[in-house]
Amino acid sequence: MGLLSKKDAKLITDPLTDNNPITIQVLGICSALAITAELKASIVMSISVLFVLGLGNVVISLMRNIIPSKIRIIVQLIVVATLVIIVDLVLKAFAYELSKTLSVFVGLIITNCIIMGRFEAFALGNGPWKSFLDGIGNALGYGVILIIVGFFRELLGSGTLLGFPVLGDPIGSPETGPTGLYGLGYENNGFMLLSPMALIVVGIIIWVQRSRNKALIEEN
Amino acid sequence: MEHVELFFKSIFIDNMVFATFLGMCSYLAVSKKVATAVGLGAAVIFVLAVTVPLNWLLDQYILQEGALAWLGPEYAEYDLSFLSFIMFIATIATMVQLVEIIVEKFSPSLYNSLGIFLPLIAVNCAILGGSLFMQSREIATLGLATTYGIGSGIGWFLAILAIAAIREKIRYSSVPPALRGLGITFIITGLMAIGFMSFGGMLTGGDEETKEEKTEVVSTNKTEEVKEVVKEDEEKIADNIKEIQK
Repeated sequence: MGLLSKKDAKLITDPLTDNNPITIQVLGICSALAITAELKASIVMSISVLFVLGLGNVVISLMRNIIPSKIRIIVQLIVVATLVIIVDLVLKAFAYELSKTLSVFVGLIITNCIIMGRFEAFALGNGPWKSFLDGIGNALGYGVILIIVGFFRELLGSGTLLGFPVLGDPIGSPETGPTGLYGLGYENNGFMLLSPMALIVVGIIIWVQRSRNKALIEEN
Repeated sequence: MEHVELFFKSIFIDNMVFATFLGMCSYLAVSKKVATAVGLGAAVIFVLAVTVPLNWLLDQYILQEGALAWLGPEYAEYDLSFLSFIMFIATIATMVQLVEIIVEKFSPSLYNSLGIFLPLIAVNCAILGGSLFMQSREIATLGLATTYGIGSGIGWFLAILAIAAIREKIRYSSVPPALRGLGITFIITGLMAIGFMSFGGMLTGGDEETKEEKTEVVSTNKTEEVKEVVKEDEEKIADNIKEIQK
């Protein structure tokens, strides 16, 4: 990409793999787990965080020289809260059903540790353009995990993706009976829709990632 | 009666960690040792018990639709609920700061054990989550809001205590290298969450009169069950240790 130097590109690609906010930095877990029963909710949540983190990082970075360090947490919280209110109102206006599903978790973006973490660790010490890229990169890294978890939970739990049946029709017409995989006797695993499975799916993602990259393995 | 019901409901059925995944970040980060887990857990109970009732008052008298009616009839139509995120988080951040200053002044020993956790708590999703759930579940009175705050704090405390105890023991078992640390903690939490789902039927069924007795009986059972779950886990771990020693 002509626009981005190698260093800038690294800011975006690093959080996607080896420095992923969820699986490596352990930030922003709460929302990652609670709303991933459907792929659609995961995607909307990722976009919301992308918006808040990208813009928030720029705002904090612009103000970094005038924020007194003693009250920086409150300033940061106010910036995030304002952005989150915008997201919440937009969702309520254009996707009311979805905003009901996400319920309090839109509000909880405020206390999503990824956001505070990036403000503290990056935006307070770097210029606006770099902070913007860092915000986008981390939000994408967060989104990737959310979408993977949402994909598996919706596919295995309800046999649909984004609401479209992809594994066949479990009831079918009276003549043919169940179609697709259901015709062969496949059943949906309703357990995947329950919240504990999100934890286990994330655990498995971490397992896979760390088996591929031995450098990430922790001490007990 | 209502209080007892809400109290146990917020500890077991709607457990912050296992049912709604709130406060997971600090739950994972500060659960390596039982002693620090207890400190953070106690601080969470304390802050929830203060901020939930406070935010209830804010919600009731400033933010809700028609809440400003006490100022005069011309204000009765205002609906400021879109401001609730910013008001709640500002209240929480200032309260945490205030509590920190007061505790430091009047009880240095408590400050030494809780103090370092207090700043962490301002951005713990369990605290804001407590206030937001209080709002969305439409809790009716100030007393109930306090009960809800304390109950969900205790639920969070139990969860972090249990996982810290298990993580202390798990050091002696042979976890696959790639799962060590974070991975296995996630999976254990998942299993504990499945365990907690069995509390789901606790407060359903029965008519008003028998409910009270039931709740009490059930509640003692529940603490025993929790102990049993923890015990079972510990036994498994002990078995693992034996195997390794062999």
